[in-house]
Amino acid sequence: MFELIIFLVLLTLGYGFGRYAEKRHYRSLIEREQKLSSLPAVASRFPPMRGAYRQVLVNGNVVISVDYFKRFLAVLRNLFGGRVTAYESLMDRARREAILRMKEQAEGMGARYVFNLKLETASISKGRRDTVGSVEVLAYGTALIPEAAAG
Amino acid sequence: MLISNMEIIPDTRIQEHLGVVQGNSVRAKHVGRDIMASLKNIFGGELKGYTELLQESRDEAVERMTMQAQQLGANAVLNVRFSTSSIAQGAAEILAYGTAVILE
Repeated sequence: MFELIIFLVLLTLGYGFGRYAEKRHYRSLIEREQKLSSLPAVASRFPPMRGAYRQVLVNGNVVISVDYFKRFLAVLRNLFGGRVTAYESLMDRARREAILRMKEQAEGMGARYVFNLKLETASISKGRRDTVGSVEVLAYGTALIPEAAAG
Repeated sequence: MLISNMEIIPDTRIQEHLGVVQGNSVRAKHVGRDIMASLKNIFGGELKGYTELLQESRDEAVERMTMQAQQLGANAVLNVRFSTSSIAQGAAEILAYGTAVILE
């Protein structure tokens, strides 16, 4: 009985805080993405041949954890199979956050583009029970800084 | 030292290829961070401690790679890639590798 109460409390906490954090994060993501829309990140491997640019490697990373409620949903999903939407939105948020951090770093250097964007995902503590289920997302690329701005 | 994850530098030719250089770094998390992280595991959200930790070790991996390239006499590392793997519980390895070259 006591265990059930703890479980329900954790579930409610996870649901409440998780939902609130997700909404707030999406709002901030959209806002910052609009602000940085003038600095495109391209997956192309070939830089523009015209114009003199200085190249600097930039990266952005984020480690996120899954809340209790989402983990519960995922366990349920494991029974029936199908899309785990709870995790999809989580990964989406993490990836966009990592790209934004990379772009913010590039913007601070006065870059005009970020080329050869690569994304990488790694779960840093996988497989172990009762531990933190956390995932790292890394975004990296080459920032092209106009020579004039570099001084 | 120019470090880039592209293979081409406009208007510059590669004089000599010096082969692959790499740098790695294995970091473990400390207990304090783990406790905070397990709390976060209920509420969800970013684990700032881990983010910083991995960023630090990535910087270190790049630094080691750069040092190796310097020893070879290179002046640029091109086509840099990162890779992360968890080799043990609570420890992550970060690898940075690329091609050391001499640019004209």
